[in-house]
Amino acid sequence: MAIFLTKDSKVIVQGMTGATGMKHTTLMLADGTNIVGGVNPRKAGTSVTFEQGEVPVFGSVKEAMEATGADVTVIFVPEKFTKSAVVEAIEAEIPLAVVITEGVAVHDSAVFWALAQAKGNKTRIIGPNCPGLITPGQSNAGIIPGDITKPGRIGLVSKSGTLTYQMMYELRDIGFSSAVGIGGDPIIGTTHIDALAAFEADPDTDLIVMIGEIGGDAEERAAAFIEKNVTKPVVGYVAGFTAPEGRTMGHAGAIVSGSSGTAQAKKEALEAAGVKVGKTPSETARLARSILAG
Amino acid sequence: MDLFEYQARDLFAKHGVPVLAGEVIDTPEAARAVAERLGGRAVVKAQVKVGGRGKAGGVKLAADPADAVAKADAILGMDIKGHTVHKVMLAQTADIKEEYYVSFLLDRTNRTFLAMASVQGGVEIEVVAEENPDALAKVPVDALEGVTPEKAAEIVAAAKFPAEIADQVADVLQKLWTVFVKEDALLVEVNPLVKTGDGQIIALDGKVSLDENAAFRQPEHEALEDKAAANPLEAAAKAKGLNYVKLDGQVGIIGNGAGLVMSTLDVVAYAGEAHGGVKPANFLDIGGGASAEVMANGLEIILGDPDVKSVFVNVFGGITACDEVANGIVQALALLASKGEDVNKPLVVRLDGNNAELGRKILSDAAHPLVQRVDTMDGAADKAAELAAK
Repeated sequence: MAIFLTKDSKVIVQGMTGATGMKHTTLMLADGTNIVGGVNPRKAGTSVTFEQGEVPVFGSVKEAMEATGADVTVIFVPEKFTKSAVVEAIEAEIPLAVVITEGVAVHDSAVFWALAQAKGNKTRIIGPNCPGLITPGQSNAGIIPGDITKPGRIGLVSKSGTLTYQMMYELRDIGFSSAVGIGGDPIIGTTHIDALAAFEADPDTDLIVMIGEIGGDAEERAAAFIEKNVTKPVVGYVAGFTAPEGRTMGHAGAIVSGSSGTAQAKKEALEAAGVKVGKTPSETARLARSILAG
Repeated sequence: MDLFEYQARDLFAKHGVPVLAGEVIDTPEAARAVAERLGGRAVVKAQVKVGGRGKAGGVKLAADPADAVAKADAILGMDIKGHTVHKVMLAQTADIKEEYYVSFLLDRTNRTFLAMASVQGGVEIEVVAEENPDALAKVPVDALEGVTPEKAAEIVAAAKFPAEIADQVADVLQKLWTVFVKEDALLVEVNPLVKTGDGQIIALDGKVSLDENAAFRQPEHEALEDKAAANPLEAAAKAKGLNYVKLDGQVGIIGNGAGLVMSTLDVVAYAGEAHGGVKPANFLDIGGGASAEVMANGLEIILGDPDVKSVFVNVFGGITACDEVANGIVQALALLASKGEDVNKPLVVRLDGNNAELGRKILSDAAHPLVQRVDTMDGAADKAAELAAK
């Protein structure tokens, strides 16, 4: 088991034929991902040859799904075209859409999120502006380096890409069931809470590491969720204690507004919910290690 | 990006939101002609991106063009909560009978948009929200449906606007929504929205914040940037396409990935507590690729900051493995030296992740006199803080 993504997932790539799409399709295939197609309306009917074999290009998500039974799409299209790519995925009712693209306008994210809801949440969205998710040893949908770690029993959910990699690296000897990068934009599809709920239900996950950062109140709400619904141990880390008020720190959503969205408030909320919160990434990894060691 | 009042007013006017005539100036003398065009009397308003300017003396009524010059002279150059006034707007005066509040904003918690409205405008809305929450109506707006006439009527009713102006306010709300969507705004706020003696509804003061991620379809927004106010290092970084924020410490920071860099700032600040309270000097995310050229650009910005006493390069090798990053650092230092840059501050480099051993070996072999390798993030932060405290 794992969450959201397994060896049985059939993955298509929107934007596969672009430079970024090609690079990461190559890497995803190397990690064992079952990539069954690419989508590009201008190159429909062609195919691209990778080391693992030919990958056909389809004109639309719908066609790709009908032809291959795909249930996951990874989206690499440029920010200008991201909204229409995600809308297409939602309208085709693909179960999982992973939006890697960075720099998506908030009004676009708001529209595709509202559409996903209006369609009854048939499509789970991860991202935008995220590294995607990996179930080590089974499948990789996104840009998380596949060779950092091995399969194991830690579940990881994080707003930050490189902190995801850092944490996977620190705990690489223990390994991960799944690691989900949800992104740091103001509007994202899958939240900490969604991943926490899935890890709680996943029999192959023993402990959950949750990484947050300044901005919004997702960590506070996750803390309230953990208190009521999560029985597995959760270890947390929050980045941005030293961030000044009113400045965006890299991620569009990473901003302290007045007294809201501070790292301190998030840490306190998580601790009040019984989450052990590390002061640094290394300390967080040590906390996870000591809990698993009993 | 937050706009000045006069820029918000221009965007309101562009989309048909009723505003008063006004012009922005940056010298006292220019006030005379503007006041004359406005009919003699004018309100002189400091243009600063901070609230409470009225209380600070940044808004004054001028009786005639000569008085407008005197008032502009008094306000220009004034310091309001740390913001120097470089521009004032002269606006028509209004016969204000009532003051209201309306806004549209992003509601992150609910992942949708929100309309807020109150018949108690003219004061800070946070105060209304705290002291009299029932007086502030909050109505979710679906991103797919937007503000239809029905939605506008719903907002008007929720805020209990008087019946005789309900249609006018609803009309303003729809136009304001157009500003919000067409300009890719994260916030449009009118405070106060006023009713004048002759029954008109006018946006008297406004605040707009724009989404910089929408730059690809908003080419006109770049001109709205307050380039004069930007920190010169931030301006230089932006010109190079770098994600940089100047802070007030002494340890220059370069890292890859926003989360890792934020975390690096924190770890340096903790480490600095043991070294006389040194702090991070900046946020700089050079992104996943971390090529030699980008590394050189980043180092150039950081070494150009006179506050920086040491530099901490903190990179996790993912798709771009550590050997490539190490080569990037070595090449970047050579590149800066060949450009005649005075590279004279100690660099602490921590490389971890893919091919970390290979990357560390490249740094050791290069044996650059200013570069020190420390292989853990916490240890490297401590070393960088120690060097900055010297």
